[in-house]
Amino acid sequence: MTRTQVLDLYFMEARSKLIDLAAFLDRVDRAEGEADFRLRAFRDAVSHLSDGQPARAKNILLSLSDPSTEPIATAPGKGAVGAWPGTEAK
Amino acid sequence: MRYIEPHGHMVSRVTDDYQDMAMAGCACICEPAFWAGFDRRSPEGFYDYFCQLTEHEPKRAAKFGVPHYCWLCINPKESEDVRLARDVVALIPQFIDRPNVLGIGEIGLNKNSRNELQVLEMHVDLAARLDQLILVHTPHLEDKLKGTRLILDVLKNDSRIKPERCIIDHVEEHTIELVLNSGFWAGMTLYPESKCTPARAIDMLDNFGTERIWMNSACDWGVSVPLAVPRTGLEMRRRGWLAETIDKVVFQNPARFMGQCPKFKIP
Repeated sequence: MTRTQVLDLYFMEARSKLIDLAAFLDRVDRAEGEADFRLRAFRDAVSHLSDGQPARAKNILLSLSDPSTEPIATAPGKGAVGAWPGTEAK
Repeated sequence: MRYIEPHGHMVSRVTDDYQDMAMAGCACICEPAFWAGFDRRSPEGFYDYFCQLTEHEPKRAAKFGVPHYCWLCINPKESEDVRLARDVVALIPQFIDRPNVLGIGEIGLNKNSRNELQVLEMHVDLAARLDQLILVHTPHLEDKLKGTRLILDVLKNDSRIKPERCIIDHVEEHTIELVLNSGFWAGMTLYPESKCTPARAIDMLDNFGTERIWMNSACDWGVSVPLAVPRTGLEMRRRGWLAETIDKVVFQNPARFMGQCPKFKIP
């Protein structure tokens, strides 16, 4: 596909998602109280959008992932939250 | 468009979904054993579930002209209780020869705990002893990368396991290379919010090719779209993919993988 064809197919969808992201961050800013690790992880991930590197989707997924390699002692529950809390939250 | 739904939890879906899938060209459905959304309290609960997957659900699917296959296991979300898991794994051999059972799955990890790993190893051993295909669930979100690495280590460390007889499901951009480069099949799950969208799945096909890869809806009791595979086929068409290549991804590839089980009949 040409770049123009990609833009024809996906620009409006991506534009909509971009504005949603901005509105989400505005909403978080307007809210009260302390944010948790997810906001920091989100802001770090967003930085990959404009770093000019290829594989942005992969790099964002990596930035949100648990980088450790050893199994944990016991499962704390069943769910996942979408971002790794890091060592400070453990 | 003919297609195969290689991963759908139809016990959680309504009959309208069967009708819609049949009308969209679904040639057969394959249903891995799954977490019910709550923990079953006894092996007997799993016995009943395995009866549902091997007796009742094929009949329900047949009403819409859709062949139904399944995979058996205790899902990773219930693997923290090793004693229960051991009892459930012991039930599987009495079901494994039933005509719609394709293999062991979806096994794997959820939170990457030691107990989950132990139960994964039990299933892998069972599959190796019974010479069964394996369908693997990789963890969600932040746990996926680590879990995929741990799962690949377990499979690669067992010399009885042939990578071409295992599919590692729910890959995303950060795990697909690990899976394909190790010789395993990769599954892409098309979800509206997590896992990957149709556009991203097609991007991965652009980047990594169409060998040893399938797409599925993994439709279940959560947010999911039973028609995600044909919708992605349509998206591929919009992006200029040839009809033959679309057919390879949505029909021929899953047929080739599951055709390694002699019970699977090409629809």
